[in-house]
Amino acid sequence: MIDLIESVFLRNSLVVAFAVIGVTIWFSYFLADKLTAGRLHGSAIAIALGLLAAYWGGTVTGGSKGVADITLLGGIGLMGGGMLRDFAIVSTAFGVHLSELKKAGLAGVVSIFAGVIVSFVVGAAVAVAFGYTDPIAITTIGAGAVTYIVGPVTGEAIGASGEMITLSVAAGLVKSILVMIGTPLVARSIGLNNPQSAMVFGGLMGTTSGVAAGLAATDPKLVPYGAMTATFYTGVGCLLGPSVLFFAVSALF
Amino acid sequence: MIIYGVALLSTCLVIGMLIGQVIGAALGIDANVGGVGIAMLLLVLASNSVRFRPLSSGAAAQGIAFWSAMYIPIVVAMAAQQNVAAAASGGLLALVAGVAAVVVSFLLVPVISRIGNSEAASEQRGDAQ
Repeated sequence: MIDLIESVFLRNSLVVAFAVIGVTIWFSYFLADKLTAGRLHGSAIAIALGLLAAYWGGTVTGGSKGVADITLLGGIGLMGGGMLRDFAIVSTAFGVHLSELKKAGLAGVVSIFAGVIVSFVVGAAVAVAFGYTDPIAITTIGAGAVTYIVGPVTGEAIGASGEMITLSVAAGLVKSILVMIGTPLVARSIGLNNPQSAMVFGGLMGTTSGVAAGLAATDPKLVPYGAMTATFYTGVGCLLGPSVLFFAVSALF
Repeated sequence: MIIYGVALLSTCLVIGMLIGQVIGAALGIDANVGGVGIAMLLLVLASNSVRFRPLSSGAAAQGIAFWSAMYIPIVVAMAAQQNVAAAASGGLLALVAGVAAVVVSFLLVPVISRIGNSEAASEQRGDAQ
């Protein structure tokens, strides 16, 4: 009987994921309505529940893909994986006006470089504050504070130890998760309510998953603007991390 | 036909990803630089152009709108497969570095948005003159 259920779930993994995520979202909107009287957005609760489930999945299986490492829920890996995520992000650009993009074009570009450099400097400063003096370690942790992709790319390029790379990935993950949860909470106080500031936000934060989820939980209309700049951020980070930023740190320490 | 819209969306994504990969290779890094952003620009251009009207209006538009509406569910699935356990076990250094980077970046949003706004405002003044 168990085998029978398992084989049906495995063979239809993506469809199972649609059903599970559907129920999760229904439950989240129910909670948002009943418990917070609509003050907290249903999608914010759904994302938080997803992260909680991911934590649980990661501790139970010891894997790195959250709930998707649980055999019966493997389809969530496909549904929330890079391919469908990018497909859905691009689809949100439908209906965006070119004039809005032009208006924030320059600020958007500035924000990407400012975002990479600022996150790097903050991450590197924290590493120094924790007593690190080796330029390779400082650079790798700084790059991890950029995103959890820039961290390992930079670390491997400059020959960091596996331990440092793991640490940089963890810093990047903390950033990504905090952006997901924190954005709807601070949106109002940082003026995140129009296409221009959303583009700047995407460029400054840069973590595609963080920005994608954070804006979804704030105002889905802002998603395309933030996502557009955020997708350039990791590339710029991978470019600057092992080169200019590493040289700068080496010159200082 | 709904598939026309889906096909337009898919084509934009594939072309954008190809360009992003070429930019990455040209810069000497093994990463896709802005592929998704370029794909979004292509879709914006296509949906604002008369030539692509048959692929982005009527039933075809529903093919794009469907995926746009699936965005939040897909993001929830994405959240559910993050490596939260690793983030939680990264220790104090990882926690402080991640939190500090986010806080400082949040604080910069209004600052850099203002740069953009003042420039847009001066452009408008220029137009008036």
